[in-house]
Order: sequence, then structure tokens, then C-alpha cells
Amino acid sequence: MTMPSTVAAPLMHTARDERIKRMSKFRRAIIRPELGAICGTVAVFAFFFVLAGGTAMFTLEGAMSWSTVSAQFVVLAVGVCLLMIAGEFDLSLGSMVGFSGMIFALLTIALGLPVWLSILLALTLACALGAINGILVVRTGLPSFIVTLAFMFILRGLTIWSAISLTRQTVVSGMGEAAANDPLARLFGGKVLTGLFQWLANHGVIATFARGARAGQPVVEGIPMLIVWAIGLLIFGQWLLTRTKFGNWIFATGGDPQAARYIGVPVTRVKIIMFMFASLCAAVLGISQVVEFGSAAADRGLMKEFEAIICVVIGGALLTGGYGSVIGAALGAVIFGVVQQGLFFTNVESSLFRVFLGSILLGAVIANTYIRRLITGER
Amino acid sequence: MAVPIVEMIDIQKHFGHIIALSGVSFSVMPGECHCLLGDNGAGKSTFIKTMAGVHAPTHGEMKVNGETAHFANPRDAMSAGIATVYQDLAVIPLMSVSRNFWMGREPERGVWPFRTIDFKMADRVAMQEMSHMGINLREPEQAVGTLSGGERQTVAIARAVYFGAKVLILDEPTSALGVRQTANVLATIDQVRKKGIGVVFITHNVRHAMAVGDRFTVLNRGKTLGTADRGKISADELQNLMAGGQELAQLESSLGGTV
Ligand SMILES: Nc1ncnc2c1ncn2[C@@H]1O[C@H](COP(=O)(O)OP(=O)(O)OP(=O)(O)O)[C@@H](O)[C@H]1O
Ligand SMILES: [Mg+2]
Repeated sequence: MTMPSTVAAPLMHTARDERIKRMSKFRRAIIRPELGAICGTVAVFAFFFVLAGGTAMFTLEGAMSWSTVSAQFVVLAVGVCLLMIAGEFDLSLGSMVGFSGMIFALLTIALGLPVWLSILLALTLACALGAINGILVVRTGLPSFIVTLAFMFILRGLTIWSAISLTRQTVVSGMGEAAANDPLARLFGGKVLTGLFQWLANHGVIATFARGARAGQPVVEGIPMLIVWAIGLLIFGQWLLTRTKFGNWIFATGGDPQAARYIGVPVTRVKIIMFMFASLCAAVLGISQVVEFGSAAADRGLMKEFEAIICVVIGGALLTGGYGSVIGAALGAVIFGVVQQGLFFTNVESSLFRVFLGSILLGAVIANTYIRRLITGER
Repeated sequence: MAVPIVEMIDIQKHFGHIIALSGVSFSVMPGECHCLLGDNGAGKSTFIKTMAGVHAPTHGEMKVNGETAHFANPRDAMSAGIATVYQDLAVIPLMSVSRNFWMGREPERGVWPFRTIDFKMADRVAMQEMSHMGINLREPEQAVGTLSGGERQTVAIARAVYFGAKVLILDEPTSALGVRQTANVLATIDQVRKKGIGVVFITHNVRHAMAVGDRFTVLNRGKTLGTADRGKISADELQNLMAGGQELAQLESSLGGTV
């Protein structure tokens, strides 16, 4: 656009500044935003390896169960992470999981639309609602905490009301059969690499069912689509945030919206797009749960927004925005998933789940604050 | 007479019932350093924000190269060649020097939609431009938050100069600086000016203004007290004007080009 130009140095310094300490490669490599989450992940795996090493938790079947649960958290956490780095919250995401799933089911069952069309409509609606959230926040200047809290109630209420008024129930079933042969539904449910797993089973690498209807089939048929979504979103989010121009704008928008605006970053557009993206992530989770379970329930996604925020904060993001890591958030989600499933395998009282989680949250956040100060020079 | 790069005619700015600017006229010629002086709350920052597209003026006209211009946002002003280094909001502390340097104009490579920032080039240029300004960085990824206040200003100035602004607005760039860095900034202003760029230099410090200024405009309570050319006004006279213009009558003769 403009011609770069160089101004000769008024006071040229060629020598190294003697006041700058050299940082070792190792130190530079480990001092990163995800460090707290990496340590947390290692600690959690070590903990369960000691407690539940002999149980089914560390078999392929067990691993698939905690991976699937973690993947649910990852899908939501990626959206929440980018939104939080852009400086905003969305407390309506849990309700959005339930709402988008319910809309998808109602359009298919009650209105008889083809499954693929219902999915597209549900995703579009989620995007539109995300945009409304975003526009309300940037136009009114109200904290997103309040605006999206309102939407948390509104969407949950609409979910229950629409289900009851159209079907007289809060659980809409029959989605399994409806989605069975739909081309788009296949992206949201079922498994991939089934051939590979069958091949591995035939060669004795993974166990097979010995008896019953599925005798000879592998105990793990393939990788659930939700895990594919989680990995895809994770890679996309990390790439977007750290490698692209838009990612630079996301950081700037959350770091200092006024300064970003002055230097020409379209702050409102960035925020609105991030609200839409987070809603889209919630809708992906909502729709894939419906395809997976064969039904939509009005209470799906309850409290999920808070759990996602916890994952993101464990992952090193700053609650006030401008700093964070998608990889960190995904590790936070894995910690969450492993702890939740691990306590099930170890038969520990499930109430301890909360105690454990609270402790990890506290530990990770304290570690993160310390690491962040090292990196950013916050005083 | 040459056409000013930017000319502001009778600019007013009201915030609700607060009148921050009540009719300010001002111009910047290519290659001059026009100092804008005034006490706290005089309206200096508000005035340059209308120039930079942050605020739309309530009343008044703005001309760029002799043609009427309207800026809807800071981007418009930037593409018209008006670059601004703000008093307090110059850079984003949590982000790296290199990312701050390129903010809003990131160099990209690759094919759409897989375009990414060209970090190699971005880092190299940022390091080089910073060292031209006398600041040695440990690495381009170093966060701006680890720099001192003056060094942060320098990042913003280096950025504006690098992107070839036609008008460079500096809002109190020296107020947070030490002796050496102030000398650096003043020397930079001088060099920028020699390249034909118009500089608007806001300061409280009359000595800094006298060191580089070609023209001096004093704002007081949202009004201009007048514009004086270099050599037609002394430091003491400027100081008095800034202090409230009690001795205005006495000074009127020296303010040749009163608007
Ligand atoms: N967004 C705003 N809303 C309301 N009033 C404002 C706004 N911005 C500035 N003002 C008022 O306009 C007046 C001029 O402020 P301005 O920031 O331009 O002063 P200044 O000359 O830059 O002062 P300083 O030397 O302290 O930086 C002040 O009285 C201020 O309160
Ligand atoms: Mg000011």
C-alpha cells in the first residue's frame, strides 16, 4: 500500500545491549503459554496411571472413552478460547448446544425436512444467534457476561418450549433412523477408519468380541467423528491464531481494543466473528450429540459453558483477553475429560471429581500467571 | 504558496454538552514540523483525533492535499497517509514487538485462503527498524510489555515512519522519555521532516518544541490562541501563551500569522 522507507539511525547501536541477558534455547522453548496445561496433563496422566494403571482405563477401549469425552470439551473450548482471547465471554454456549440440537431434531421429526437441510439450518441459526450476541455486546458496550447470561436463559427456555409445543416432550427421539443414510449427518456421527480397525483386529493387534451378535468385530470400531472434529478445530484454531493476520487481530482486539481500533484493526468485526465461531462450535457439538444418541434433549449442554471456560483458563488464557493458546485450551479439555472418566474407572466418589478439578484449576492458573509474567513483562 | 498536506478549517467537536473544540484551524505543510502546544485538557488530543479519523468533527472542514476529505474511521486516515502515535494507546503490551510493528498491515504470503503472516520478513524488518531508532531487542518475539515507556513509544514511531506516512502525528511522544531517547525522537522528527513528511508534534515542553518546530500553534480551552513562525516567537512568550495567554495583548505583534 505505502512505500516502506528507512530512516538512518540518529544514534546507531551496533553492539549488543549489555543489559540484555541471553536466554537459553531450552528456557525459551519451555516458557510458553501452554506450559501450565502441559504440566497439568502430565500430572493427571501420572496420577491415574498410578491409581488406575491396572484397570480398563489404559486399554484401547478405555482410551477411546476418555478421548471421546475430551473431544466434546475440545470442540467447545476452541471456540471459547478464541472468543476469550478477543476479550469476550459467551455464557449462552451451553444453552446453544441444547438449542441447536433441538432445532435440528424438530426440523427433521416435527417438520419432516431432510436431515442435511435441518443440519444446515441449525448451523445457520447458531451463527445468526452468535452474531446477534456479538452485535448486542459491541453496540451497547455492555459486558458480554450480562448479555450472554440473558441469552443463556432465553435459549434454554426456547429449547424447552419449542420441544414441548411441537412434540409434547422434552426429549425428541427417532433421530437415529432419520440420520442413518444422510450424507451430511455422516460428518457428525459414526466413526472413521473402521476398515483400519477391523484390519488391526483381524491381525490380533486389537481385541475382538468373542461372543454375541458382534463376535469377531473389534471392541473399538473406529475413531468417532467428534474426535475428528476436535482435532480439526484444534489445528484450525491454532493456525488461525498464531499464523494469520486475523489471528493477530484477535490478540489485538482482546489486548487493547482502543489501541487496536486506532491502528486500524476492525475490532467490532473481529468480536462479532468470534461470537459466531463460538456459537458454531457449540452447534457442531449439539448436532453431533443428536446424531450420536439418536435423540435431542432439552437439557443438553447444561453448564458446558463454564466447563469450557475452565478448560481455556487451565490452558493459559487470560480471562480479560489478549492472551492465550488454543493448544493449551485443548490440553485443558483433555485434563477435564481424563479426570471425569478416570474417576469412573477408579471407582472414586464422583463428588471428588469437583475437588480434584478445583485443585487443578487453581494450580494451573497460579502457574499460568507466573509464566505469563515472564513472557509479557506484566508488572 | 504550496498546498498544505492537511488543512483543518474551523473544527468544532462537542461531546454531549462538553465543547472540547470550538473552532480550531490548523494546517501542515510538507516537510514542516508544526508544534501543537497547550495545557492539560486544552483539546490537543481531541483535535488530532479528529485529524486521525477517530472522532468525526461536529462542525468544520478538513482538506487533504487541497481536497475535502471525510474519514469514517482510523483506517481511512491511515490510507490517506496520516499516521498517528497516540499519547497512551500506542501499542499493545501483551503482544510481541514484531506483531505490534505490523499491526493492521501484516505482510502475508501463500495462497488464499491459506495466507499466513510472513514472520521471517516481519521479524527482520521490525528488528532492523528498532535498532535504527537506537533500541536493541533481545528478539522480535519479545513482548512490548517488557519494554520501558519510552521504548514503547519508539515502536509506534518506527512503525509510522516505516509505513511512509505523509503526515506523522505525535501526541506527546517525549513526555515519558529520558534524555537520550528524547534526543533520538527529536532527531527522528528532524529526519522525517527532511523527507518531506509533515510532522504534527504535540508537547508541553517548550524546549522540545523550540528544538524542532517550524511553526507553533497554542491551544487553550478548545480555541487557538494563534500560530507563530519559527524565529518570530521566543520560548518565554510561548510559555506564557500556554499558561493561559494573560500576556496575549503584549504578544499579539509577534503572532504574525494569527488565524
Ligand atoms: N470522549 C470524550 N468524551 C467527553 N469529553 C471528552 C472526551 N475526550 C476529551 N474530552 C474532553 O475534552 C477536553 C480536551 O481533552 P484532550 O484530551 O483533548 O486534552 P489534551 O489537550 O490532550 O490534554 P493533555 O495535555 O492532558 O493530554 C477535556 O476537557 C476532556 O475532558
Ligand atoms: Mg492529550
